[in-house]
Amino acid sequence: MKNARKYHVVGRRLRKTDGLKKATGQALYADDLHLPRMLHCKILRSPHAHARIKRIDFTRCRAYPGVVEVLEGKEMPTRYGVIPWTPDEQALAVDKARFIGDEIAAVAAVDELAAEESLNLIDVEWEILPALVDPEQALAEQRIKIHEDVKQGNISKHVALSFGDVDGGFARSAALVDETFFYEGSTHTPIEPHCAIGHYDSDGNLTVWSSTQIPHYVHRELARVLELPEARVRVIQPFLGGAFGGKSDPFSLEFVVAKLSMKTGRPVKCLFTREEVFWAHRGRHPMKMRFKVGLSASGTIEAVDSKILIDGGAYSSFGLVTAYYAGQLLTGPYDFKTYRFDSTRVFTNKPPCGPKRGHGSVQPRFAFEVALDMAAEKLGLDPLEVRRTNFIGSNVKTVNEQQITSNGFLECLRAVEQASGWKQRHGKLAYGHGLGVAGSMYISGTAYPVYPNEMPQSGVQVKLDRSGKVTIFCGASDIGQGSNSLPAYLISEEIGCDPRDCTVVVSDTDLTPVDLGAYSSRITFMVGNACIEAGQRLWAQISEAVAEKWKVERSRVEGELGTVYVADSELSMSFKEAVQLAEAKFGTLGATGSYRTRKLGGSYRGGTIGASPAYSFTAHVVEVEVDPETGIWRVERVWAAHDCGKALNPTLVEGQIEGSVYMGFAEAAMEEMTYYPSGLHRGPSLLDYRIPTSLDTPELTALIVESNDPNGPHGAKEAGEGPLHPVIPAISNAIHDAVGVRLTELPFHPGKLLRLIREKENRTATSSRQKRLPEPVPEAGSGA
Amino acid sequence: MRSRPAKILISLTVNGDEYQVAIEPRETLLEALRYRLDLTGSKQGCDKGDCGACTILADGRPILSCITLAVEGEGRSLTTIEGLAQAGKVHPVQDAFDLCGALQCGFCQSGMMISAAALLASNPKPTRQQIKEALSGNLCRCTGYTKILDAVEVASGQRSVEEYDPRPTTTLNP
Repeated sequence: MKNARKYHVVGRRLRKTDGLKKATGQALYADDLHLPRMLHCKILRSPHAHARIKRIDFTRCRAYPGVVEVLEGKEMPTRYGVIPWTPDEQALAVDKARFIGDEIAAVAAVDELAAEESLNLIDVEWEILPALVDPEQALAEQRIKIHEDVKQGNISKHVALSFGDVDGGFARSAALVDETFFYEGSTHTPIEPHCAIGHYDSDGNLTVWSSTQIPHYVHRELARVLELPEARVRVIQPFLGGAFGGKSDPFSLEFVVAKLSMKTGRPVKCLFTREEVFWAHRGRHPMKMRFKVGLSASGTIEAVDSKILIDGGAYSSFGLVTAYYAGQLLTGPYDFKTYRFDSTRVFTNKPPCGPKRGHGSVQPRFAFEVALDMAAEKLGLDPLEVRRTNFIGSNVKTVNEQQITSNGFLECLRAVEQASGWKQRHGKLAYGHGLGVAGSMYISGTAYPVYPNEMPQSGVQVKLDRSGKVTIFCGASDIGQGSNSLPAYLISEEIGCDPRDCTVVVSDTDLTPVDLGAYSSRITFMVGNACIEAGQRLWAQISEAVAEKWKVERSRVEGELGTVYVADSELSMSFKEAVQLAEAKFGTLGATGSYRTRKLGGSYRGGTIGASPAYSFTAHVVEVEVDPETGIWRVERVWAAHDCGKALNPTLVEGQIEGSVYMGFAEAAMEEMTYYPSGLHRGPSLLDYRIPTSLDTPELTALIVESNDPNGPHGAKEAGEGPLHPVIPAISNAIHDAVGVRLTELPFHPGKLLRLIREKENRTATSSRQKRLPEPVPEAGSGA
Repeated sequence: MRSRPAKILISLTVNGDEYQVAIEPRETLLEALRYRLDLTGSKQGCDKGDCGACTILADGRPILSCITLAVEGEGRSLTTIEGLAQAGKVHPVQDAFDLCGALQCGFCQSGMMISAAALLASNPKPTRQQIKEALSGNLCRCTGYTKILDAVEVASGQRSVEEYDPRPTTTLNP
């Protein structure tokens, strides 16, 4: 049995293989690269939310000193998109702009300043069209269309699925909650802005260095749009300065630098400004959600019904998947007896939304977990006990036919219950102090790649050198989570080398086997399994050669951190010597490993979306303090317990839990992508779009639960996205415990909370014929 | 159409090395460091002084190099992340950040470690609250700050972390 195995590397708090490179400034990110004769590019963006391009005139721009080349959309009009079913983007707009910030034209110049200044000299003649900024209006509108070829109005995707007799479930319910929630949009804000360098060399090969988390999909789309053979395109991801889903689409700058390099024969770099990162967006979708939840008298979830309107922004991005995820990923860790959801993603004339950490499911999770609390309150049940009562279990199918394997949710719940002193404290703290709980589930990769094919979702190649050096070629994208270190850990566990003697060559489509990218929390699970397969193949050769020399059974040969030996004997040699024996016996040594999920998913249309080889589970308890005089609230502490299957490196797992909790807290507390009625962003900067500093971020405790998944590498599942979900509803639920009001709209501005507190106090005051308290002044800057 | 002003020659002392650099008068110190001197360890995250990724030391005090003109760097002793390691040995802050898992994507951390090193130089045993205050000008998007705060406590000898070293060596420096 796997879990009885004695580990030498797995489970240890090892340093990252590239940590000190980052610590010393040696790690090179995209903008740190400089090539000889390199030009700099800037992109002209639309000042209008919706406008037809009648004419673009580069005459004045071309004459500006330093300008070398210009580019417009009709030079590469092929539509692309990360999801092959919805290709609706163009590198530069050809016929019309669809949001303020949409890319229109580009300039390559000898330096960045010349490129930037010359943008003002591009003359664009516009025909301004009416803009749709509000999703409700976009849904109702039939005459104004953001995408002319969309079949029905401005609907990007509509999904309606039903499982079981939902109305019967509500009829059986003793408590019914019917509530509307609003989740405001937010954006990833990686500290590194997007950057790409294109170099089309004299031999006709295109290389693009890009701050992307999906080199493989960028590779495919570059070849298609630029009409080059895929074998002539190479994509390299240098060190990446944060992504969170914000770099998981192909972006205009990648096509633009490539095309400008093809036109000039020189390398071309484009670096986004911080403002442009806000235009690129692809962040959390705003969602308006009506949730109905019915519980039996004992607290069993009899029925859940949701209707969700998703504000998609101007393009599809991953939107097809978002519309499914908004419903499909809610069916654990609790057993839904019946379930129905109806989600509609509409286009609006705003920067496109996409996948932000916890793609599609953070918003409905918030709504559902608050609604569940409300239902529990109606029945007079402890909200933590209700979550325990409805635990779906291990090795079961959800109501929407997804297969759950391991499930450590009860252990997560128990961990946060004990750590927070829930039993002694919930509902018993002084007014203004409260505890809230919430749970969640997330995928460890998706069973299906974004384009249909039968090939592996991840592969690694390993080369053994007679020096003892182990070189691992791995296509995975390290976005900070540590996937550059993972192959060194797992290969060394299998073959007995020292992990520091591994060189991991990563994310270069010429050198590394395909990995589909850093999204859907898939890398640890899929790359990990591929590494184990490759390592086992190599160990078979090494151990056979050594066993032959020592004349022992192969199974008696063991390897550990650079030494190969037979236990309880004198027989021992260095890993290097063992490799040399194997090379002498078998010739040049190398092995591959691949991973592909087996067929999974529901038997209905769309049933494969949300299907994952394993699901992670999380429970949080949050403690808050609320000042009822001002509405200002503060998180005192977060206890976050996460079932990651097996912590391959507990330090890195904790880091993922902590980063997730921080990001969820940030969305609850302050982050919002808001726009003027014109479609102009209200503050595309890090001063106006506030993200938490070290002083704003609460103290948090990350607790690891290991359920040892049967399909995960050494039992591991995801840890990077699941732990974001529960903190948001847990804060709302804790605020309710503190002051007795329910926050149903994000972000939880103190002004909103104060209004609810005053309304409640006035209701109480009116009933006891006391003086009404004054209404608070509406907040500045809220709403749009 | 405006013409660009002629370049000027300035002297910068960075990490103990003296450089003569030809710059345009409008250039920021960050641009001069990154694009003229190849000291790319200091990062540009916002170019407006909001994120702190460009933090360097000027005469031992942290400054935002993206909103400092290069000419203002003259006559000051500048230290970037490349200069934090001395004689081939990493600074205790750098070692602790690596050990504690504070380096996720790493992009903000040059500035963060510079701020942390400046704090410890003036306050060798800061409280957790003092660490939070000293680092509040450096935005990190990956870590939730937890492991960063832990790392500064480790670097200042106020917290110990179990280190698993698979094959112990005498120096941590590569």
